[in-house]
Formats: sequence, C-alpha cells, structure tokens
Amino acid sequence: MNKTITAEAQIASNIVSAKISARKVNVFYGDTHAIKDVSIEILDRSVTAFIGPSGCGKSTFLRCLNRMNDTIDICRVEGTIELDGHDIYDASVDPVQLRARVGMVFQKPNPFPKSIYDNIAYGPKIHGLAQSKADLDGIVESALRRAALWEEVKDRLAAPGTGLSGGQQQRLCIARAIATAPEVLLMDEPCSALDPIATAQVEELIDELRKSYSVVIVTHSMQQAARVSQKTAFFHLGLMLEYDDTSKIFTNPDHEKTQAYITGRFG
Amino acid sequence: MTDLASSAPQRIDWSDAELRKRLARRHSGDKWLKFAGIAALAISFSMLGILVLSLVSNGFAAFTQTHLKLEFEISADRVSAEDPAAGNYRAIVRDAMLGLFPEVTSRADQREIANIPSNGAQYILRDRVVADPALIGTRVTLSVPVSDPYDQLAKGLVDRKTPEANRRVNDQEIAWFDRLEEKGLVSKPLNTGLITNADSRFPELAGLRGAILGSFYALLVCFLISFPVGIAAAIYLEEFAPKNKLTDTVEININNLAAVPSVVFGLLALAVFIGWFGLPRSAPLVGGMTLALMTLPTIIIATRAAVKAVPPSIREAALGIGASKHQVVFGHVLPLAMPGILTGTIIGLAQALGETAPLLLIGMNAFITQAPGGILDSSTALPTQIFIWADSPERGFVSRTSAAICVLLVFLILMNALAVVLRKRFERRW
Ligand SMILES: Nc1ncnc2c1ncn2[C@@H]1O[C@H](COP(=O)(O)OP(=O)(O)O)[C@@H](O)[C@H]1O
Ligand SMILES: [Mg+2]
Repeated sequence: MNKTITAEAQIASNIVSAKISARKVNVFYGDTHAIKDVSIEILDRSVTAFIGPSGCGKSTFLRCLNRMNDTIDICRVEGTIELDGHDIYDASVDPVQLRARVGMVFQKPNPFPKSIYDNIAYGPKIHGLAQSKADLDGIVESALRRAALWEEVKDRLAAPGTGLSGGQQQRLCIARAIATAPEVLLMDEPCSALDPIATAQVEELIDELRKSYSVVIVTHSMQQAARVSQKTAFFHLGLMLEYDDTSKIFTNPDHEKTQAYITGRFG
Repeated sequence: MTDLASSAPQRIDWSDAELRKRLARRHSGDKWLKFAGIAALAISFSMLGILVLSLVSNGFAAFTQTHLKLEFEISADRVSAEDPAAGNYRAIVRDAMLGLFPEVTSRADQREIANIPSNGAQYILRDRVVADPALIGTRVTLSVPVSDPYDQLAKGLVDRKTPEANRRVNDQEIAWFDRLEEKGLVSKPLNTGLITNADSRFPELAGLRGAILGSFYALLVCFLISFPVGIAAAIYLEEFAPKNKLTDTVEININNLAAVPSVVFGLLALAVFIGWFGLPRSAPLVGGMTLALMTLPTIIIATRAAVKAVPPSIREAALGIGASKHQVVFGHVLPLAMPGILTGTIIGLAQALGETAPLLLIGMNAFITQAPGGILDSSTALPTQIFIWADSPERGFVSRTSAAICVLLVFLILMNALAVVLRKRFERRW
C-alpha cells in the first residue's frame, strides 16, 4: 500500500481532515437498490472525484450529500452521513438550510430565466445572508469573481442569464452555488455539456475552489478526474469498489474492475 | 482480412425496381397526407366564412337605425317647470307628427301617423327636457328612432310589391313615410343604441347594454373564483399531493368534471346557490358562480399542464441552493407557467362567455329593461339575450339577433387576442 506517495497527496493528507463521512449508506428507489453499503470519508479543501459506468449510482450518492434525494418520493436513504460530525439526516437538520451549506452544480447548466444578478442574488436573498443592497452587490460581485465570470459579465448584470454561452452559464451556476457561502460543492458531471475550452475554464475554476471548499465531482472523463481531483472513488453497480488517492487509482488500482474501467475496457 | 470481407453485410442495390416503387409509394403517401390536411383546413375555414358571412349579412340591417328628425314644441301647459318628468310628452310627439300632415283629419289616420316614431321617442324627449328644463317653452329639434315597421320599410326589407294585406305597412302608411323621406327628415345613422340601450319590448329601442354588463359581471365573478381556486388546486395536485389512490381519484374526477354537460351545472346551481343559499335569481353573482364551476376544471387542467412543462432543471436549481418548496413554486414554477395558465384561463372564460344553458336555468333569461348596477341586480347575459331575441316575434329582432351574435363573437375574438398578447408579453421577458 505505502509505495511512492506523490508530494501532492502527501500535502493533501497532512492539511485536510474529513468534511463528510458516510457510513453504510444504502439508497433505494422503490425496490431498486441503487447504493449498497457505501462508506466514504470526503476530505476538506480537496477535490474528490466519483467515477464509474453509467447507472452505477454516482449521482444518487452525490444527491444524498445535500439531501436532494428527499425531493424524490420513492427514494429512501439508510445509514449515516455526517457533515462536520453532525448527521445530516437527523430530524433536527433542515434540508433547506443544509443545501445552502452543501451547494450543487448540475450536469446541464440551469440558470434561472432571470437576470445574471438575480441568479446570484437569489440564494443569499432567501437565506437572508445580505443586510443591505450594497451587501448583496458585494456578494454577487465576489461570487462572480471567484467563478471567473466577473470580467465577462460585469457590464451586463441585468441581462438574462440564459443568454450566456454554455460555458458561461455553467460558471454562472457555480457562482450561484458559491454565493451562499457553502462548505461543500457537489458537481454532477459539470462539464459534460461544455466544449473543450469551457471545460478547461471550469476545471481551472475547480482547482481554484479547492482552496476554500470541499469539492465532490462526478465525471465520465478519466482525464478530468486525473487532472482535478486528489481523491477518486470508483463506483460499480451501486457498490463503491475502491476509494484512494487519485494518483494511486490511475496508476495502480487495487481492484481489477477499476483497472478495466480506467483503461477503457468497459464503461 | 478475407473472412472479414465475406462477413460484411450484403450491399443493397438502391436502383432496384422494387425498392424504387416502394419509395414512390412513400412519397405519394406524404402527398396525400399534405393534401388531406389542406382540404380539412379549407373546409373548416369555408364553414367559418359562411357562418360569419351569414351573420354579418343578416345582422347588417341592425347596425343602423332609421331616425326621424322632428321639431317638438315643449309648451308650458304640457310640461310644468316644477316637475318636468311628469309632462305629457306623448302628446308633444303626436303634435309634432301631425304638424307635418295638416291635411289628415281622420282620428284613425292620425293615430297611425302618431305611431310612426318609436314609442320610446317620448322618453328620449323627456330625458332631454329633464336634463335641461330651460327648454320648456321653446322648440326643440331632435332625431328619434322610428318604430320597427317603418325601420324595416326604410331599410328596404319590406317589399312594396307584396299585396297590401300581407304587408305590415299599408299603402297609405308608405305614402306618409315617403313624404317624410322627401322632406329629408329620415336618416339612418349607426345604431349606437344596440350597445348603449338596455333590452326593450320594441326592437328599435332594444340594446345589449344589460347583457354586456351582465356577462361582464358574471365573468368577473367567475374569474375571481375560478382563477385562484383553480391555480391553488392545480399547484397542490402537481407539487404537494402525495401520490396515492385518493389523489388519483381526485384527478380522474376533475377530468370528468370538465366533461359534464353545462346544463347539469345549471341544475346544481339552481338547487344549491338559489335553493339553499337563497341567492337572488337572475343575478350575475349566481351566473358567475355557476360558470366558475365549469371553468374550474379547464383552469386546473391548463395549470397542471403548464406547471408540468416547467423544466425540472429549474426546480432542481432552486432546490439545490436551498429554496423551500413554496419558494420554488411561487418564485420559479408559477412565473414560468403563467403564460400557459393565462391562456387556459382566458380560453375557459371565453367558453364561459358563450355558455347559455346553465344561465337559462338560473333565470338569466328574464326580460329586464335596466342594465345591472352590480352583481346582485337581475340581468341577462349575451348568450341568453341572443336566446331571448331569437325567440321574439317582432321582425326587427331577426337582424338584431344576428347583430348580437356578431357582438358576442367580437368579444370572443378580443378575449382570444388578449390571451395571445398576454402570452407574448410574459414570454418576452426572457
Ligand atoms: N429518480 C429515480 N427513480 C428511480 N430510479 C432511479 C432514479 N434515479 C436513478 N435511478 C436508478 O438508480 C440507479 C443509479 O442511477 P444514477 O445515480 O443516476 O447513476 P449514475 O449517475 O452513476 O449514472 C440507476 O439504476 C437508475 O436507474
Ligand atoms: Mg448521473
């Protein structure tokens, strides 16, 4: 196990601690058993990638982390998921508030059909994070700056968000997610609808976000996982077969299925 | 490589006669479909054209009204300055008419001549004098409508060649009227009374003011009830209701409700609103409530469809940043669904505007000569007014019925245009 650990992974393991820890999580859609006994520790200030063939449950597990699965009637979640040591499925936790702390970016860019400004301002407004208009302006600007979108849109904040290009829309969605000052950012295939240039921009952004957030990203691109993440989890048929440092997963995985998947022999 | 070549699929010869024939058949199928579509459109448009054309040609006569310009002498012994409303205006009109025919002395003839202006002429004159009592003791020139038979005569709807016995105006009367025309006293201005007058026993005085206001009040009540209730019900069913047997039953029954014949709603309203609640008969309030029952399913179905059509990604986006359920619904789903909801609502209201049967049952087909001042006053509605006029024996009501249908159609077109405008307006926001 302890062969050559890369310098990066060493740094990561030194400075980061577990942000989310899930134990024996099972998810059912009616009778379908979509996630089976998954336990994982997701680290703070790092990027964790979920990889695996389609339908293996990556999105399902990701959506457990901010309780988006609550909105699906037939979905049932068992096991414990802790954020900073507190069970997020506890009765005392309000999913509405949880989602401000655990932001989410979706596969298809989904800006609201409102202005760019209102897209960002919506979250802080409903959570009461801004005391004044000036406050809100500040939040909007800093979110757009951190999403590397400010320079492109600062002159047209009143223009509709849906009028931006695909890559800009996705960065707008990221800005919207980080405007509520989340601690964790969940991204479900955030680049699958983007062209290579926009993808590169978003990846750069993810690398930047890692400094302040714990980022979990689902991706179908091995290269992307290798480029942006420090930890990688491999899912297969609802099981998490392997979870380790990204460098390890991509160079010397323990599991033969992982090996087969990352070399493109199935998936 | 050789065994790969042999396992490769056989090449298809697209120039083969059989395949070409099949292709030709497919193309001719396309052509037929297109032709059938155009034919169906042509048939429906010509039907519509015939309907509108016949309505307009029938109703055309009612768009004008024959008037007679008369000089009335408002003498002080006929009208007292203390109470101008109580004056003997009937006699004044009679005098004005007889003054034009000084040679007629027989009482019977004089009576006939006095009947040329409408019976309403005296009231028009009275209203004029009451509004301006200074006119007492002076001579006033006023244009007043002529009674229905002479209106028909002036419009050429009476054939002078038919035997006198079969005509509603005899030769003598025609001669008198021709004299009036020669003197240039007869005019045919636009019939504004059709819109501004309330109903009347006399066709030349009858108008749609009461019916239009009645329909307006009824639709207002209908909208105020069915719009909020329909949206609330649809939102609950679509966003909040648990998926169980009860919800399914409710859903099925709402769809059934939309298919219930309207006369049944009329019976229900008669029994419940009038029978139990004791609400007044013939009132637009009850009419509106009845129409609301019918419009409700339309609005619910339209709202649900519009809400369903809101992309799930928008809901997810809002939920994903921590919007609560009602914030998602009111902040995102409803605004996006609004064009569809409004379209459905206006179509529902347009249906309600044309609805006749339930209004007949709750008595909105009464003969009421005063326009309603509110939702509790007795009144008719446009479709029931058409029903009443179509049923009236006077010749003048024939063209008025068609004219009233034209007015109803104009309102329907305006409402549908409003639906289009509103939809465009809401969509243009983004
Ligand atoms: N809303 C849902 N209702 C029922 N089954 C679902 C739903 N979402 C996902 N599933 C099922 O759960 C399994 C995992 O799906 P998902 O998490 O979307 O996989 P992935 O994101 O890895 O492609 C699949 O078998 C899928 O059919
Ligand atoms: Mg997925």
